[in-house]
Amino acid sequence: MRVLIIKHEVEEMVLELNADNFEKETSEGWVLVDFWAPWCGPCKRMGPVFEELSEEYSGKVKFAKVNTEDNSDVAGEHDISGIPCLIMFKDGEEVDRFVGAFPKDSLKEKIDGAIK
Amino acid sequence: MYDVVIIGGGPAGLSAAIYSIRFNLKTLVFAAEIGGLIAKSHLVENWPGIKAISGYDLGVQLEEHYKSFNGELKYEQVKEIKKIDGGFKLTADGGEIETKTVIIATGSDVRKLGIPGEKEFYSKGVSYCATCDAAFFKEKTVAIIGGSDSAATEALLLAKYAKKVYIIYRKDKLRAEPINRQRVEKHEKIELIYNTNITEVKANEEGKKVGSVVLDKEYNNSNELPLDGIFIAIGHIPNNYLPIELGVELAKNGRVNVDSGCRTNVKGIFAAGDITNQDYDQAITAAADGVKAAFSANEHLGHESFNY
Repeated sequence: MRVLIIKHEVEEMVLELNADNFEKETSEGWVLVDFWAPWCGPCKRMGPVFEELSEEYSGKVKFAKVNTEDNSDVAGEHDISGIPCLIMFKDGEEVDRFVGAFPKDSLKEKIDGAIK
Repeated sequence: MYDVVIIGGGPAGLSAAIYSIRFNLKTLVFAAEIGGLIAKSHLVENWPGIKAISGYDLGVQLEEHYKSFNGELKYEQVKEIKKIDGGFKLTADGGEIETKTVIIATGSDVRKLGIPGEKEFYSKGVSYCATCDAAFFKEKTVAIIGGSDSAATEALLLAKYAKKVYIIYRKDKLRAEPINRQRVEKHEKIELIYNTNITEVKANEEGKKVGSVVLDKEYNNSNELPLDGIFIAIGHIPNNYLPIELGVELAKNGRVNVDSGCRTNVKGIFAAGDITNQDYDQAITAAADGVKAAFSANEHLGHESFNY
């Protein structure tokens, strides 16, 4: 039973966002949001990297994702026309945007650069 | 020390890996990107035995096939290769490893036009991946730049969403497979503009996104074509920094010269797929070359040959 609980906590590291919770969940601190879609190969490639990094940055940066197919309104509000697209928010304001798929080390560099 | 290290997670690299591990060679794959370039293809219809599959899923299936033999794979980029006694030393994101042979299957990256506005409007209307971004252009007007088979299939995908798709090509006939050329020519939403280049990407009225492109020749009495999006599919450039470091011989086009067994001029270094100087940049020919490279590496190592 305990194993199940731990697994559940790990899965929750990357928060699913939609039109209802987007503003609330990005309003405080550093939040990195991954805009992706199920048809996008490069986005799927980024998935495991994003999840690993969410654990490494736990406590420093909140990691979240938006499925742009189900939430085209949220994607539209943030002017997304190319994915994978990661947006770094600080207290609700966009401070940086990384478009494309990156290997883990390059993404870490970009995140560290943004939250300096 | 590994027997074989394969650099690249596309069809060439993973096919080499499947053969290499079945030769009982101590094998490691570095795959910064699973599937490589084919992962950007929304539909692959010419991989024999599979009628239709997305490029990403094909990559994942190759990865799973290799891993089913307990193959070792790291999602890391190799930054450096050096010759050492009896083999090579590789530096990757996660550290250094040593190997007796290397199969380079690093493929290629998308080629850019290098015109004003292209970089500025990347992801603001300029895209290199129709599979990823087509759905953001519902009821919009877009153009594909290029005349290859990829350009034709991307135009067909875009036509599912956009209200109008131009194909702008510098020559007078598409190089696409006949089946895709016919699909494009018959499509009511797709219009072909031949013998034309684009020279600049311009902003829309708000200045934030793509609004038009400048053509080097008049079309419908104007040098400017209003557009919401531009998809660039003008070919690829080889990822050749590792072979250059090793002194591997390159052809004029920057690709690696190999013999019929995918051997390079450097002993112990093999190459396969789009990184090599061969005529067909197809997933299936890349896979076949990966297999040849694995056979040659096995032979070089002096292991028992399985060439029945």
